[in-house]
Amino acid sequence: MLNRPRTTTDLPSSEITPESLYMNRREWLAAAGLTVGAIVGADALLPRPAGAQQALGKPYGLQSDDKPTPWEDVTSYNNFYEFGTAKDDPKEMAKDFKPRPWTVKVDGMVKKPGDYGLDDFLKAGRVEDRIYRHRCVEAWSMVIPWRGIMLADVLRRAEPAPGARYVEFTTLYDPRRMPGQRESVLRWPYAEGLRLDEAMHPLTLLATGVYGRDLPNQNGAPLRLVVPWKYGFKGIKSIVRIRLTDRQPSTAWNDSAPGEYGFYSNVNPTVDHPRWSQAKERRIGEFLRRPTLMFNGYADQVASLYAGMDLRKNY
Amino acid sequence: MPLPAWWNAVREFRRPWWWTWVLWLAILVPGLAVFAGLLSDFLMNTRWLGSNPIKDGEQILGQLTIKYLVAALAVTPLRRLLGWNWLARDRRTFGLTVFFYALTHFLWFVLLDIQLDGAELAKALTKRTYIVVGFSALLLMLPLALTSTKASIARLRKRWTVLHRVTYVVPILGAIHWWMSVKADIGEPLIYSVVFTLLLGWRMWHARRETSGHAATSHAPPAVH
Repeated sequence: MLNRPRTTTDLPSSEITPESLYMNRREWLAAAGLTVGAIVGADALLPRPAGAQQALGKPYGLQSDDKPTPWEDVTSYNNFYEFGTAKDDPKEMAKDFKPRPWTVKVDGMVKKPGDYGLDDFLKAGRVEDRIYRHRCVEAWSMVIPWRGIMLADVLRRAEPAPGARYVEFTTLYDPRRMPGQRESVLRWPYAEGLRLDEAMHPLTLLATGVYGRDLPNQNGAPLRLVVPWKYGFKGIKSIVRIRLTDRQPSTAWNDSAPGEYGFYSNVNPTVDHPRWSQAKERRIGEFLRRPTLMFNGYADQVASLYAGMDLRKNY
Repeated sequence: MPLPAWWNAVREFRRPWWWTWVLWLAILVPGLAVFAGLLSDFLMNTRWLGSNPIKDGEQILGQLTIKYLVAALAVTPLRRLLGWNWLARDRRTFGLTVFFYALTHFLWFVLLDIQLDGAELAKALTKRTYIVVGFSALLLMLPLALTSTKASIARLRKRWTVLHRVTYVVPILGAIHWWMSVKADIGEPLIYSVVFTLLLGWRMWHARRETSGHAATSHAPPAVH
């Protein structure tokens, strides 16, 4: 990380990862290769042959009682309207989707635009396994072991032009392969956006896998965004285009219901959705609700991005 | 023009001996299955109700309420169109079923979903419009349920008929409640809104026809309830 040009939107990594963790990374990675389900007896969560145990990844922002949500839930309780609006639709309706070959276009206000095959695209960064908390705007949550690269690495390779301030993401539009797009529940293709500093934040991932495996189709194969301090719908799936711009991009849910879903959509227990409270959440697999944490537990790493902003207005 | 034979067969269909059994199974089994699913999911780690059993159970109970409401509202049109007057005595059963499913749906929300969070309940009943609408429907059904006995019908006479016209507001509130509670997938609320419109529209059409000169039936008891 030392050789990266420091831009105004780039935070020193010491502000992002607690120093102790940061310093430990190398040690930890070494240990991860040897240790078993290092986090929790997590091997029981994933059906796999006995003995084929593996670490799930480096935990980020986890509380002491956060345990990875079982594979079965992570891969069968999905909001992915391109494959149906019910939670169990995507697993069924996406089962024949072919996520390869896949091309990602990087363009807009960058010095090096390009169309990349997926494998080349991923060469921008180092593939890592990270365990994040995941909070849906519908007041349920999970803990998910992702695999992916930092979005910042992709953006650095493209070299943002001086005026670039936002990043727009677009999902594949292909109603033949994504039958949900034949219904006009949302404006297709699904679009999302981040401010450039949010996009450059080291917590922001482009995920290619969960539980050490390739992303199942229903989770957004082959490439999806993961922004752990924001509501889950910001994590746009099956991305085909990443465009830098100087204007705040329009985003799918904000278009659909601007009073309910803002551009920022940071997890915030003090700002209710008009139809329900965001103060608590139901962790999938648990009976009692738990309190929701500011920025989903990542306040130490990201609160400074929003210093001075009225988060009630910029919900 | 002679009516086809099958149509006569339909019209001549009479309450079979098993009717009541099937009716009660149709009323009790879905509700009991939701509770069984909840217990099984939390105690035995199954996924009968999916990964979020409290949310799914709540939605299933709400949708069942709407479905029984369709059944309750379909009784009178079916009596008229098919000549199935024997259905009349099931109308109260369906009506009470709607009330108890709506009540269970609400209690599920209070006890399992928001888990007796008083502040959240207060907000729900004042600020969350779709909950206010749904709760109003439940409150409106309360006097109807309380006066559903034969004794009440006898005691209230004409006033009972007037009071029970409140029934026709319930599907409107129910449809609005469902409509407002979904994010973007309005397919099912739309279908049921159309069904309710047909069921209520038929009544309006029928009532107008009765008042405009079909005096031949005027000695009969009010046909549309």
